Amino acid sequence: MLQLKTGRFACLLSRRAMVALTDGGARLSTHGHHEVSDQLDMSKPMYWDRLDIPLPDKPWKDVLDSTDTSLKQKEKGPWNSLSKEEKIALYRLKFNHTYPEMKKPSAEWKTVVGGMFIFFGITGLVVFWQSLYVYPAQPPTFGEDWQAKQLQRMLDMRINPIEGFSAKWDYEKKQWK
Amino acid sequence: MFRAVVRLSTSGIIQSIARTRPCYSAPLASRCYSHATVETDEEFDARWVTYFSKPDIDAWELKKGMNTLIGYDLVPEPKILDSALRACRRLNDLASAIRILEAVKDKSGPHKDIYPYLIQELKPTLTELGISTPEELGIDKL
Repeated sequence: MLQLKTGRFACLLSRRAMVALTDGGARLSTHGHHEVSDQLDMSKPMYWDRLDIPLPDKPWKDVLDSTDTSLKQKEKGPWNSLSKEEKIALYRLKFNHTYPEMKKPSAEWKTVVGGMFIFFGITGLVVFWQSLYVYPAQPPTFGEDWQAKQLQRMLDMRINPIEGFSAKWDYEKKQWK
Repeated sequence: MFRAVVRLSTSGIIQSIARTRPCYSAPLASRCYSHATVETDEEFDARWVTYFSKPDIDAWELKKGMNTLIGYDLVPEPKILDSALRACRRLNDLASAIRILEAVKDKSGPHKDIYPYLIQELKPTLTELGISTPEELGIDKL
């Protein structure tokens, strides 16, 4: 169970290390890796999928092949002549995720909660080890015997006899009220 | 919604009472500043309709306009959206038109009756321009 969570945690960490790749030639480079080609140029308009920015600064795909270019040409004419698939293709050229896809819930919370519990567990083990090997011996005042004598002494001294401690002790019957 | 009720009761104009369409846009500066001018709903709508109606509107202006409009705490009136959709047509941009419809549906939030109303009002424009709604294209589902 713990191993599963650790695996997921590590997996998410590695996934987080890789930033989302955009199409159209702009990719984030990690140091020394050759799987990504160009550096993301942040001085140029960028694409974002954001609920509050419906029209990002640039289209999703700006490197168009011949089919895309001809579709774009067709877009200049009446849209009634476009088929459903063509319309969807045009949408996907300009945008990466649809709104429902943007709003899709992720399973990230499971990783977070799992990671939390792992760390709680590790902390618990550390605390346990501490209690065995670090803490000094308990003072004698913690012993059962000592506590009983202490209690008796407090009652004999009439600690808080009106409202508090001794007030709750019945001195005739020698028991708690 | 409440501002519309207040205006209806205080102005007492008969045509306002007869107005049955729900008023979903709130005025921009509707706080009680004594010195600032309060723009009415109609002025707000008119301003935005004019913005999108510019004949030679460019792609940047459309983007900026839409992003700003979506940033406001309101769902735009059908006439503003109509103007924006026509701007998309002038720019030969069907994808943005569909995106605008998605955006206003998301803007409605928990009020599920706003989007069908908008589509109903925009239906003539949508059919005229050939814009399919996200539902018709099936991209409203995951």
